[in-house]
Amino acid sequence: MEFATHTWIQAAAYSSAGIAIGFGAIGAAIGEGHTASCATLAVARNPGKAGEILKTMLVGQAIAESSSIFALVIAMLLLFSNFSAESYLTVATVFSAGLCMGLGAIGSGIGSGFSAGAACTGIARQPAYSSRVMTNMLIGSAVCQTPAIFSLVTSFILLFTNFSARPVSPTWAALLGAGLSTGLAAIGPGLGGGYVAEASCEGGARNPLTTPSVINVMLLGQAVTQTTAIYGFLVSCILMFKSFPATDSIAVPILLLSSGLCMGFGAIGPGIGVGVSGQGAVRWIARNPNAAADITRTMLIGMATAQSTGIYALVVALVMIFVM
Amino acid sequence: MAIEGADIVKAAAYLGAGLAMGLGAIGPGVGEGITASKACEAIGKNPNEAGLITRTMLVGQAVAESTGIYSLVIALLLLFVV
Repeated sequence: MEFATHTWIQAAAYSSAGIAIGFGAIGAAIGEGHTASCATLAVARNPGKAGEILKTMLVGQAIAESSSIFALVIAMLLLFSNFSAESYLTVATVFSAGLCMGLGAIGSGIGSGFSAGAACTGIARQPAYSSRVMTNMLIGSAVCQTPAIFSLVTSFILLFTNFSARPVSPTWAALLGAGLSTGLAAIGPGLGGGYVAEASCEGGARNPLTTPSVINVMLLGQAVTQTTAIYGFLVSCILMFKSFPATDSIAVPILLLSSGLCMGFGAIGPGIGVGVSGQGAVRWIARNPNAAADITRTMLIGMATAQSTGIYALVVALVMIFVM
Repeated sequence: MAIEGADIVKAAAYLGAGLAMGLGAIGPGVGEGITASKACEAIGKNPNEAGLITRTMLVGQAVAESTGIYSLVIALLLLFVV
């Protein structure tokens, strides 16, 4: 049976919408559940501050929700847009956009939830400093959302760029690889940024006088956490904007697809690891501010080492694209 | 289009290389992060031993890195040698 190009594109868009919101709903739900569980315990600990804790919980949950709202937006676009049926490449772009946004929302949703949960606990412990804790949470959670925003940007580029002038093989694989690279690479940094922000909200409540230095180290840690997400985004941009000559071989498309997979998977571990080390550093700077300089130095050395496998993945992905 | 056997083997090697380096990078990243986290905790508890703690952390991380290097070697072998 032969179907028109349009039929395949429509079928791909509908299944991709399911993938986008299906994966995209995981992270925010877990994160918000964690926030609510912390808020419940916080109310039990300090019932007099129940109103304040509820407010913090709702604000924190709203930020965690944004990553899945991005996924909802992409799912809606996939459901209701009219895609150009000039080339079969549109099948690849719609699948890739859905995967990218769905996977990319997981880490940020969970991460923001951690930071909001620690803020609720912190307000119960130290009600006099609730506004500082709240500010800390807002900054930390906002940074957690960056990987999800990279995914959103990549999905938009995939959906709204006209690739139809490119040869179908190997461009289909490059576009699929681009979506997987940013999408998978967003999981680790989103989660890692959440770990750092969690420790910062906890530390600011435990020892309010250290809040400024805790926030500084938190931002430093979160910035390093984001690097692997940026590598993923970089590889995606190369895969989307470099034009590859037409080929009959199956090896070339698979090579481009696996360069995206390599960078995407490779960014998960370093993102989480760098986040965990930032968490330890921020937590202990709050408890022992006198050792802040030593702790920050060791944190940065440790992060650099944890980052190394992410750099290997970047190098292998770039070799696959440019050398092979 | 006709796909030849050698082409499929090459494609599989490339896919294997990507998966080897990608998945292989997860473990060392997480493991080394946990090490660095505990090193920061240790310095917080006993700042006088910061040098010793950092040294121990680096030795431990170097060992944890080894599986990532194995993945890199296998990925490069799959790309260039096989």
